Amino acid sequence: MSNPLLEIKNLKTSFRIGEEYYAAVDDVSLNVNENEVLAIVGESGSGKSALAFSVMGLHNRAKIEGEINFKGRNIANIPTKEMNKFRGNELSMIFQDPLTALNPLMEVGRQIDEVLILHNKNMPKSKRKKYIIELLERVEIPRPQHVYNQFPHELSGGMRQRVIIAIAIANQPELLIADEPTTALDVTIQAQILDLIRELKDDLGSGVILITHDLGVVAEMADRVAVMYAGEIVEVADVDTLFSDPQHPYTRSLLSSIPLLDDVQDKLHVIHGIVPSLKNLPRTGCRFSSRIPWMDEDVHEENPELSEVSPGHFVRCTCYKHFYFPDENKEEQDHDTTKS
Amino acid sequence: MWKFIVRRLLITSPQIIFLSLLVFVLASFMPGDALTGAIGPDVKAERLAELREELGFNDPWYIQYKDWVAGILQGSLGESFQYKMDVEDLIWQRVINTFWLSLVSVIFIYAIGLPLGILSGRYNDTLLDQLITGYTYIGFATPIFIFGLVALWIFGYILGWFPTGGSVDPGVESGSIEYILSKLQHLLLPGLSIALIGTVSTVQYLRSEIIDTKQKDFILTARAKGASERRVYNRHIFRNSILPIAAFFGYEIINLINGTIFIEQIFSYPGMGQLFLDSIVIRDYTVVTALVLLTGIGAIVGALLSDIILSLVDPRIRIK
Repeated sequence: MSNPLLEIKNLKTSFRIGEEYYAAVDDVSLNVNENEVLAIVGESGSGKSALAFSVMGLHNRAKIEGEINFKGRNIANIPTKEMNKFRGNELSMIFQDPLTALNPLMEVGRQIDEVLILHNKNMPKSKRKKYIIELLERVEIPRPQHVYNQFPHELSGGMRQRVIIAIAIANQPELLIADEPTTALDVTIQAQILDLIRELKDDLGSGVILITHDLGVVAEMADRVAVMYAGEIVEVADVDTLFSDPQHPYTRSLLSSIPLLDDVQDKLHVIHGIVPSLKNLPRTGCRFSSRIPWMDEDVHEENPELSEVSPGHFVRCTCYKHFYFPDENKEEQDHDTTKS
Repeated sequence: MWKFIVRRLLITSPQIIFLSLLVFVLASFMPGDALTGAIGPDVKAERLAELREELGFNDPWYIQYKDWVAGILQGSLGESFQYKMDVEDLIWQRVINTFWLSLVSVIFIYAIGLPLGILSGRYNDTLLDQLITGYTYIGFATPIFIFGLVALWIFGYILGWFPTGGSVDPGVESGSIEYILSKLQHLLLPGLSIALIGTVSTVQYLRSEIIDTKQKDFILTARAKGASERRVYNRHIFRNSILPIAAFFGYEIINLINGTIFIEQIFSYPGMGQLFLDSIVIRDYTVVTALVLLTGIGAIVGALLSDIILSLVDPRIRIK
């Protein structure tokens, strides 16, 4: 097998709070191949975006340890000047909120033009304009000639996200990072944007890291899925395996908290508690244990590691072997009896 | 764009009409009139009443207002009781002097304020930033007349680097290069005094705006494009941070008028501000009215200018 496009090895991204550094991404190793969509799933605060920002080198004051090998070269902690050759060129990113991700004072055309100027110094202006119009057509923006001279506030959210995608793909990136690209959009637009990203991936053969908390998006888009919890990867599998045979308690809890149309449940599963804050995160033992309090302490490993349960399917901590859902009805009865 | 400017100009004319009305009505409330104190004590009361009737002082206010406006439209602001000359002739040279002083001050205000604001916003919470914000706090706390006096004392009197009064050296031929240089030399110290105090708000606004813009999402987009830090600051952060400064410009002009009133007095600079204070003291009402009207128009024009600048910088304003 050839080298992966992106190989993240033992990445640790820490932020300073007061005098000490706390890891938001803790010892993460991941591969992304060409023409593959890797989805990273997790709750807010699980470190997905911190991971993506580390790959792009966009963190301002974070400590980054470990390796980020892009096409065989370690790009972790390289000088900004070096990094700028990758950004917007071979590596690009689509952001979460299209309403704020464009400069309000610049015409759409010029904002796309900027990424061309930065990486294709020899391209003449007329050619760039022609190419930008093509790009706008490619991301299915109607009347591209007109939109070229428009300002972001004159466009809808979906249109703006298309412009951002046009910026991201302008230099045919080999790796595209999409950080919750559809979170801020309404549902009908979401599907269109996802379709567009997939089409572009197929055209360009790029690797895509799709960050999301929406398992519906994962099912539709991803080839492989990494589930993140509290800065760690707790489960990695290809998308079919993950949905048909989830192992880690967190993955299973996530999946059972999706409402299903054909399976009318009385109550939706709710994961107890919240992701602990960076400062209060336990650094030893199974990090998910505090949210499955009904489980015996003994089922957790002391130092949980990812282990391969079937080819390409990795799970962290042994607690998955014993995991069961609490009987919600019974709990409620208990609750009722104590009340009366 | 032009539509916007024309529309904005149309709003300005009722503002000026309202201002003139206000100024006139307020002036008519002031005690006494042109004859008070201007005429010898042995003039009989009947004669005074006759004169008042003749000069139209007994007409209803709207007739007087109409006459006043008609006069202004014909280029006459009335006659100064003190100097016994037409107000427009009296004011003209003073207005020009004040204009130059204001211009020099504005240039200094932005020449000092913009770089300091940018540095302090870009490197916020560093020692440099703390020094700059420290300066702005001192600037906020120092009254301009104290600062002007101290500056005059140190640089004009003790060190003798600058002249201590007037707008030009006596005996220099008008229009020559020495004349211009001498004028400039007289402008530097008062202009700098106004600017060093007046610029602190610009520094503060720009600093907080840059810190705010730095964290906006579109800055991330720019970085993700591979733009260098210099480009990110010049193309994206600075332009987006300049908006409140542009909006502030009109207010800056009003501030400047206040500033020049004090500074002209301290530096005995023959400008509008000095004339204004003198005229109030000796109750030269025609001059006071004319000056209030002029500064009022200055403020309105300042607001107009900031709107136009804003609309040039920010496309979102043009549409509305």
